[in-house]
Amino acid sequence: MSKRIALEGSFAVSEAARMADVDVIAAYPITPQTHIIERLADYVANGELKASYIPVESEHSAMSACYGASAAGARTFTATASQGFFLMHEVLHWVSAMRQPVIMAVCNRAVAPPANIWGDYSDAMTARDTGWIQLFAANNQEVFDFVLSSFRIGEDPRVLLPVMVHLDGFSLSHVIEPVILPEQEEVNRFLPPYQHPYAIDPDNPMSYSMVMGPDIYSEIKKAQDVTLRESKEIILQAWKEFGDIFGRYYSPIESYKTEGAKTLLMSTGCLSETAKVAIDRKRDKGEDVGLIILHLWRPFPFEELYQAIKDAETLVVFDRCISLGGPGGPIISEVKSALFDKRKDIKFAGLIGGLCGRNLSVEQFEDALDKGREIAEKGSEEVFETIGIRE
Amino acid sequence: MQGELIKFGKNLVAKDELLTPGHRACQGCGSGLAIRLSLKALGKDTIVGIPAGCWAGVGSMYPDTAWRIPWMQTLFENAAAQMSGIESAYRILMDKGKMPERKINCVAIAGDGATNDIGVAALSGVLERGHDILYICLDNEAYMNTGIQRSSATPYGASTTTTPAGKVSAGQATWKKNMIEVVAAHNIPYVASACPSYPFDLMNKIKKGAEIKGPAYVHVLAPCPTGWRFPPELTIEIGRLAVETGVFPIYEVENGRYKLNIDRPSLKPVEEYLKPQGRFRHLSDTDIEMIQKRVNEEYNKLKTKIACFAA
Amino acid sequence: MAEKKTKAISELTWRDMRFGNVFTEPGSAVRYKTGDWRSQRPVVDREKCNKCGLCWLYCPDGAITPLDDGYYEPDLYFCKGCGICPQVCPKKAITMIEEEEK
Repeated sequence: MSKRIALEGSFAVSEAARMADVDVIAAYPITPQTHIIERLADYVANGELKASYIPVESEHSAMSACYGASAAGARTFTATASQGFFLMHEVLHWVSAMRQPVIMAVCNRAVAPPANIWGDYSDAMTARDTGWIQLFAANNQEVFDFVLSSFRIGEDPRVLLPVMVHLDGFSLSHVIEPVILPEQEEVNRFLPPYQHPYAIDPDNPMSYSMVMGPDIYSEIKKAQDVTLRESKEIILQAWKEFGDIFGRYYSPIESYKTEGAKTLLMSTGCLSETAKVAIDRKRDKGEDVGLIILHLWRPFPFEELYQAIKDAETLVVFDRCISLGGPGGPIISEVKSALFDKRKDIKFAGLIGGLCGRNLSVEQFEDALDKGREIAEKGSEEVFETIGIRE
Repeated sequence: MQGELIKFGKNLVAKDELLTPGHRACQGCGSGLAIRLSLKALGKDTIVGIPAGCWAGVGSMYPDTAWRIPWMQTLFENAAAQMSGIESAYRILMDKGKMPERKINCVAIAGDGATNDIGVAALSGVLERGHDILYICLDNEAYMNTGIQRSSATPYGASTTTTPAGKVSAGQATWKKNMIEVVAAHNIPYVASACPSYPFDLMNKIKKGAEIKGPAYVHVLAPCPTGWRFPPELTIEIGRLAVETGVFPIYEVENGRYKLNIDRPSLKPVEEYLKPQGRFRHLSDTDIEMIQKRVNEEYNKLKTKIACFAA
Repeated sequence: MAEKKTKAISELTWRDMRFGNVFTEPGSAVRYKTGDWRSQRPVVDREKCNKCGLCWLYCPDGAITPLDDGYYEPDLYFCKGCGICPQVCPKKAITMIEEEEK
């Protein structure tokens, strides 16, 4: 019997990793990820999880050790945030280009300075081009489910790519929500053992990463790009299997009350839940608004986006990250680019807020929708509008 | 060790070339010889990880790989960390019955730049955590692959492209970082210095380091004709002079107990080592005197340690 | 020398490179003729050679072949002409001679 218990996001992550029977964990503490790795250390110390727990001396080494472990054939997991995420940046590229399915939870946290510990996506957004599959969870059930399904997705022989699951620092990692945990037997049915076709083996020696030049690099990168894009099919398949076994079905873009909605708010992460309430209130007042929630960030879900907005005329996109000096928030920039050829008719408004864990209320989302619609209609001098930021 | 062996007195050396010829190292490459000999000592059940440096490239210019064992490039500063992940994975997979028990040598082979400088944190972490890996530092005393820039292993007075000898500078202004002692301070089971000019000593130490449970570190002086500016045929001779002048003592530290492997009743003057190398050509007599004094000091310090913590 | 198993780079498309960073032909460097580098080459005087094998031991390239009769022969396909082997030969049985223009 699956059980419904109260879990903060961090513990949902560690529980998923434990149920997936990870073999190697190499991690370095950083607020707000610490509870994840502390709980995992407890599991290992009490024999509830048989894994090699490597308390590395930096995040760079954390991801490096994870790469090595995965290459040697171990199911591998780590977690980090913000500064640690930045420190391991070059290794992220290594892991994905070498096609190792390392799974990582990122408790999204704002970039320093100023020194801070609270959540926004400025860490996640710098990893767009690293070649990892990337998911954003909006509640702790999704945190658990996405981390668990990441092993299935990343380790699929047609994928063999690393996966990162983003969860809002503090707002999800440290907030207790009800989470339904499956039976171990169900998890075992869902997750086959990890096998890599090119695992390091002295009986089958290979050279892993050589020096290559202008004459071949492009072909390698194109192959990597195609593989990442094609992984979407397997993500959909894996989520279908997930739903069939565990009863919860996920899709790259979740539509909330979008029927007949001419104006759509687009959001990602836990503030989407607040936005849902704002949509409820607005719809009660008879406004034709809806919400779409982005779960799959890479590979970018083009088809699902076109489908989700097919009846919409206006798209108000909320970014919990500022792209300094750029053409607006990261998400709206990509959405605009994705829709440029398909839907030249769509009117856009970009909103940035919630930085460094600043909370946004239902009212603020309602106002943001109004403001967004106005901007989309009339246009704006500004590249983006802010929500909840003192101007 | 399987395969044919060639006898050198009491020493048996594997005939098999796990590092094939056809690699692109310079003529007379000291590192190349060190790696070739190390692989003979390690055998085929070995995984080697090499960070940025000469040997991240010269043995692996696509599509020509000189490696007949599993070989991995690593990032510049994480060779130790990457190998520690592999070692941990094997250990847990064997524990969990997911792979059969077998001995696989996990070996990081890194240059002095990767070891002393950019990778020192990762190395320290791996040593402190006690992973069962062998770390071989190939010390050619500068960032040779990128064009002879200084590292913290560059000896005092050496001219490199970032510490060039010039009108107001006499080359590297600081003394060579004693990485061997830094590693020894981590209290790991085995630390040693070696040089391919003493091939049997080197191979025995590599074998010992691989067999020991826990971290082992072998610091190999790898004379570099290109960077040190001497004719390639002198590689072995220069290595010997480094040892015979006391500039690079050959010793072991096993569980904290010191042993000098090559001792001489008196050391040759350091000038004999410096003179054949173009990187020291600019040194004045005063510089050489200063170097001699310091070499003597360091050597005596070592001898004191050896006496205090004798094996 | 080993026959070429991999396609030439110019023939490789992205479809061949899905696992492009893993190279599956160990020791393929034996196709690469480093012997072209040298300007001088070693010649062994068998009269003086005592088959000690030190030349083979000290060659950074492994470019000396141990023969069945116990002698050691420089492998001119690979020999870079570095000149270490005459230096380490205890019998001074090896001489470096200038490579002729072909």
